[in-house]
Amino acid sequence: MTRVVDLQVSSRRTLNQALHDLPDQTNETHWTVRNPGGQHALAVGIDAPITVTIEGHAGYYCAGMNKHARIEIHGNAGVGVAENMMSGRVHVRGDASQAAGATAHGGLLIIDGNASARCGISMKGVRIVVKGSIGPMSAFMAQSGTLVALGDAGDALGDSIYEAHIYVRGRTGTLGADCCEKPMRAEHHAELRALLDEAGVDEDTRYFRRYGSARQLYNFHVDNAY
Amino acid sequence: MGSRFSATFDQHALAEIRRAAATGIYDIRGAGAKRHLPHFDDLLFLGASISRYPLEGYRETCATDVWLGTRHASKPIHLKIPITIAGMSFGSLSAQAKEALGRGASIAGTSTTTGDGGMTPEERGHSSILVYQYLPSRYGMNPDDLRRADAIEIVVGQGAKPGGGGMLLGQKISDRVAEMRNLPKGIDQRSACRHPDWTGPDDLEIKIEELREITNYEKPIYVKIGATRPYYDVALAVKSGADVVVLDGMQGGTAATQDVFIEHVGIPILAAIRPAVQALQDLGQHRKIQLIVSGGIRNGADVAKALALGADAVSIGTAALVALGDNDPAYEAEYQALGATAGAYDDWQEGRDPAGITTQDPVLAARLDPVAGGRRLANYLSVLTLEAQTIARACGKSHLHNLEPEDLVALTIEAAAMARVPLAGTNWIPGANPIG
Ligand SMILES: Cc1cc2nc3c(=O)[nH]c(=O)nc-3n(C[C@H](O)[C@H](O)[C@H](O)COP(=O)(O)O)c2cc1C
Repeated sequence: MTRVVDLQVSSRRTLNQALHDLPDQTNETHWTVRNPGGQHALAVGIDAPITVTIEGHAGYYCAGMNKHARIEIHGNAGVGVAENMMSGRVHVRGDASQAAGATAHGGLLIIDGNASARCGISMKGVRIVVKGSIGPMSAFMAQSGTLVALGDAGDALGDSIYEAHIYVRGRTGTLGADCCEKPMRAEHHAELRALLDEAGVDEDTRYFRRYGSARQLYNFHVDNAY
Repeated sequence: MGSRFSATFDQHALAEIRRAAATGIYDIRGAGAKRHLPHFDDLLFLGASISRYPLEGYRETCATDVWLGTRHASKPIHLKIPITIAGMSFGSLSAQAKEALGRGASIAGTSTTTGDGGMTPEERGHSSILVYQYLPSRYGMNPDDLRRADAIEIVVGQGAKPGGGGMLLGQKISDRVAEMRNLPKGIDQRSACRHPDWTGPDDLEIKIEELREITNYEKPIYVKIGATRPYYDVALAVKSGADVVVLDGMQGGTAATQDVFIEHVGIPILAAIRPAVQALQDLGQHRKIQLIVSGGIRNGADVAKALALGADAVSIGTAALVALGDNDPAYEAEYQALGATAGAYDDWQEGRDPAGITTQDPVLAARLDPVAGGRRLANYLSVLTLEAQTIARACGKSHLHNLEPEDLVALTIEAAAMARVPLAGTNWIPGANPIG
């Protein structure tokens, strides 16, 4: 059953509360949000395997802390889209602002357009596929998970990165502290292939370069301090 | 003659120069600022006299309870005593220590707080009221835990290191700690010093909105700041929508930070309370948004003084650890073996704590019995409360919150200026500028 919520008529609070109140075996599995108008914190804290379609632009933290839901934004997303997502899938049809997928532990975040600065900052297991470019300081302190950019990457990529994997098809600016280019071995092609397939991207993995941690900052040593 | 020591190059300064020359690295340690600072000891209560009427000691009612989060939360917190247990991470502390804190606080009717590293089932299980910290690192941050919490504390900074992130050195990153933080085992872990997805008060306001939306406006939201520019930071926290402001002074403990940071960044809590209260008053929010202060609280007099200066509650870290057994002379031989002595041991970052509190070593951690530790903490909290009540009754107050700056005088000009109370025996409050 599809439920339509028009945010010109009802409030964000009503929407989020209704999404939180869904019982386990709900048959209200499809939600459409009309007139989001760039409001912040839309469809946050969902813990149910439902589909939410947002017909327009979303403000900050859309789909924040998502668990299980498939959330599609037919527009642009503001700062911190899918921040701290645990599972599920968030798809931004337009561009995403800063800190997309910040600290997310799981799930899949797809951005059809570009993502601004700090994409995947402090990510902890999420997989992020950006079809356009990613801004500077992306994957800052990224702990685990995978960040893919089909376009270019801005400066200071992967600064202070831990064990996350970064794949970039286009050009990269400077690499951040302790981030380095790494060889694409068979398992990386396989990991990337699977992720691209899941995101519906038909692109040869041979065109990508891989970046990760040089692991020089893992144990503090004065000679390595920046 | 060569018999005069320099006041400038004192023994400590000389030892530090030698240590730096030998090792090439700065000193990292736990605990708070150790040098002498203006503090609550520099204040005195006046007590009742002809113009003021005291209450009968331990008979007439002197209430101690406090509500936190009444501004926006639909489920504010009610504590029996205005003393909370500060956020200390699992990782910096053993699971047993976290459990003991939960047990002690629950007996006393107060709250405990998670820390940089997420919520453990032990502490949730044993804390009747648990505050969940939302830190820059977001280690273990999880919407289920957010919903399980009784309040949420957004940590912007800590008094021991305003502007610095956390540190947990490799020796304390056990399998369990590594898994909770999603990090490789054994690395030196540095928590971020900035939040990853918001910058500045306008963003913070939206972040708070998001957290409220996720938790359906039920839970109080605290904002914790290290004391630096308290007037402005408190005003901005209020503007951002905080229900409670937690203000931590430079004496506040830490699990691991550079000594130079601990000793030279931030201001003492004595200097921070009045500007913070002033900000709340200027915005018409004093006692509506609650102020919790911390950093060097040791006894009931400190509690009473903090409340008299306008705080709604205090928070303790170091003292709670000492109540559990940290730095206990019973372990003197082992402290000596670590090159320290009971009372001065601060290498909490090393994970070799003989008292089994600041460690992840299973053998050491097993030394702390969480039930006995909880009991000791409860006793200590009870004494803090009784002491604060004793003072309040002497000042004629039927609730700890009725203590006021007019009950206080200062012993030093510095304390008078910082606490904005007169120098004892005078009516002089140095400092004309009302804004901190
Ligand atoms: C061992 C230890 C660990 C701490 N961990 C945290 C933490 O994870 N998050 C935090 O906000 N503050 C942390 N703090 C600071 C305390 O929350 C609190 O601000 C401070 O201890 C209060 O000062 P006091 O120790 O003088 O009572 C820690 C303090 C100690 C002693």
